[in-house]
Amino acid sequence: MLYWDYAAAAPPYEEVVQTLEQVMRKHFANPSSLHRAGEEADKLIKRAREVCAAALDVLPQEIIFTSGATESNNLAVKGAALQYQSRGRHIVTTELEHPSVYESCLQLQKLGWEVTFVAPDPQGVVEPSRIAAAVRPDTVLVSVMHVNNEIGTVQPLREIGQLVKAVNRRTLFHVDGVQGYGKLEASLKDWQADLYSLSAHKLRGPRGTGILYVREGVTLFPLLTGGSQEQGKRAGTENVPNIVASAKAMRMSGEQREAFSARIRPLKAQLENYIAGIPELVLNSMEDGAPHIVHFSYPGMKGEVLARRLEELGMAVATRSACSSRLAEPSRILLSMGRDTAAALGGIRISLGDSHTQQDVSRLEQALLAAVQSLKIAEGGMK
Amino acid sequence: MTTTETGSGAQNGGYGSSMDYADMLLLRFGEFILKGKNRSRFEKTVLRHVKEMVKPYPNVKLTREFGRIYVELNGEPAGELTEALVKVFGIASISPVKVSRPEFEDILAASRTFLHLIAPAAGTSFKVSARRVWKDFPYGSIEMNKLIATPLLQGYPGLLVDVKSPDLELKIEIREGHTLIFCENIAGVGGFPLGTNGKAMLLLSGGIDSPVAGWSSMRRGLEVECVHFYSYPYTSELARQKVVDLTRILSRYAGVIKLHLVPFTEVQTSFTGIGQDNLIITLMRRAMLRIATALAEKEGALALITGDSLGQVASQTLPSMNVIGRATALPLLRPLVMMDKSEIVQLSKTIGTYDLSILPYEDCCTLFVPKSPTTNPNLRIVDKIEATLPGYQALLDTAVAGTETVLITPYGNEKPEDLVPAQAGLQEEWF
Repeated sequence: MLYWDYAAAAPPYEEVVQTLEQVMRKHFANPSSLHRAGEEADKLIKRAREVCAAALDVLPQEIIFTSGATESNNLAVKGAALQYQSRGRHIVTTELEHPSVYESCLQLQKLGWEVTFVAPDPQGVVEPSRIAAAVRPDTVLVSVMHVNNEIGTVQPLREIGQLVKAVNRRTLFHVDGVQGYGKLEASLKDWQADLYSLSAHKLRGPRGTGILYVREGVTLFPLLTGGSQEQGKRAGTENVPNIVASAKAMRMSGEQREAFSARIRPLKAQLENYIAGIPELVLNSMEDGAPHIVHFSYPGMKGEVLARRLEELGMAVATRSACSSRLAEPSRILLSMGRDTAAALGGIRISLGDSHTQQDVSRLEQALLAAVQSLKIAEGGMK
Repeated sequence: MTTTETGSGAQNGGYGSSMDYADMLLLRFGEFILKGKNRSRFEKTVLRHVKEMVKPYPNVKLTREFGRIYVELNGEPAGELTEALVKVFGIASISPVKVSRPEFEDILAASRTFLHLIAPAAGTSFKVSARRVWKDFPYGSIEMNKLIATPLLQGYPGLLVDVKSPDLELKIEIREGHTLIFCENIAGVGGFPLGTNGKAMLLLSGGIDSPVAGWSSMRRGLEVECVHFYSYPYTSELARQKVVDLTRILSRYAGVIKLHLVPFTEVQTSFTGIGQDNLIITLMRRAMLRIATALAEKEGALALITGDSLGQVASQTLPSMNVIGRATALPLLRPLVMMDKSEIVQLSKTIGTYDLSILPYEDCCTLFVPKSPTTNPNLRIVDKIEATLPGYQALLDTAVAGTETVLITPYGNEKPEDLVPAQAGLQEEWF
């Protein structure tokens, strides 16, 4: 079985697994404890924070460890909205966002916040001026993702940051960086981002740890209370082994970003070329998107049917993003790009990772062709 | 002249890439230059200190000349080195220098490049000051001013000539072997070269004041050894670590500092049972001075330094200072005695010790603090208590004997033997 779902979860680095095991055995003490073992555990957290901060070129005190990107995004959106409601109760985001941002906004809407969802163009890219046009004096937060998790399009964050801050310099800018880090350059200062979310298991780290960058000077209303951990922004006993291993994964994937991108991008191009040559399939990802995500639809065929056929042929692929793939509804992302329901129901995402070679991609291509041909016959028979 | 004000010269960061043009740093000596016979000794001391500071930069080459030191960079970062060297006591100022051969064409070309790198804004007033030190050079100083300034001004129409008080003064020193071109003059900390005025013991508590007192003393040419009193288990390992870290920051100004860690628990607890709680601080401070004096004798130091500031706390009132100070026959130096707290805080921020000093670990001075320590202790009573305290001298001797001495360097990781290392249990390969 070849695994093509790195964007949902990437296998951890061997070194990460080792770190996790060693730290878990040796440093079980609670970092808040006063005894020596506690102090040692606390030092590990401190060092991990420094490593993560260095990877993002920010200050250690600007890094918060969470339980994952879902929590990071929830904390960024709701924490900022609740903290700064005296400034206003308006949020701007896009139709492309991951459910953890999108539904946080919907929750706030229920509580009386106004949310402007900006639609992307047909390629899945949000026009910066449309974001800026939605920003008002009472806009507390703008949240835009770096790389879309479904179709891999890259949002022009630098322009968005610039325009948003020009309209309202007090508006906070949150970037969901989950699918971008380690694949594309993350330049938080250049984007003028105030908040930035990451998840370790997308970076070949352990599951269950996320990172939230909170620019110095920004306060968040904590969603979890009951302890002074993470400078009071996120209570709860720190997951020491996970945090240390996540820092390692973050450092490694950051260091390997350029090499990864240079190696994977040609594979993506090869695969996209091939898909474009199969008349039944419509390519949704773009050449200049993230280097690791290929997305296409088989209009008229449910994505899950194609995915199951591909699995029989030894290929594990994803229908839409993992967080929404159990829903038999058309993709919100594809609909927002103006695709019809047929195309939006038939999406398949292929995400590439370190292990993939050109031979693997060729095997996937053969499997795709075989799957489409067999389904086409069945489709013909059904008519 | 463009003078970059740096206050005490110990500011953090800030000499970034703007001085990338420099191939050399020119260090000028400070006030001690006037002191006739001692000058050579003083200059050698500064050179030794500079050598210590440039150790992390292996390509640097140092040369001492009358009244100055040349630091040839050979590719090492000018900004970082300047930041390190403004901390050297006895250096009045530093100029980042572009070096050229002493040929007219080369000097002109280098001046052009220099101006290009500085990129002065239009409207900047400007002047060339050439100095021909090497008399075999064909053009005189005044002649050179004109010969260099004219083509430069043609290339930069925005520059205005102003020979009285220009914004930008391009200085050109023509010497045999090389020509120095520079325009910046960055103030150093000044003072006397380290150790040229003898040695003293600094009582280092871990608070804000004592590191500042140490720095001030070092600036006046004192070699400082630190003495810290700890009361494990009443104080935590972290408090001791903090003092090691503070000493490390001070060592940036000294190259290396000796830190004496004195076990003080027994002495301190011996005062708690005598029913004179309001005198505990007085007794404690006197015991500290006695132990520090014994250490000073061992180490050949001729004074004690404390961070006392008049009236700040009960032990720093004039009557307290009187009673406490009598415990030692050595001169008791109190560099901060007449300074306001806000000035001390400001200095500690500039020196770089403030952030550490405010970490909330209990030190032995904050323990066993009575509800109302006396501000006016009675010398006769204090003397009597000490005379009748059983085994008092033995306790002091034991403390001196149990003292551990560690040499601390700016970028090292020396630590007392039984201290939890800063990175205990932390394996770097995990990250």
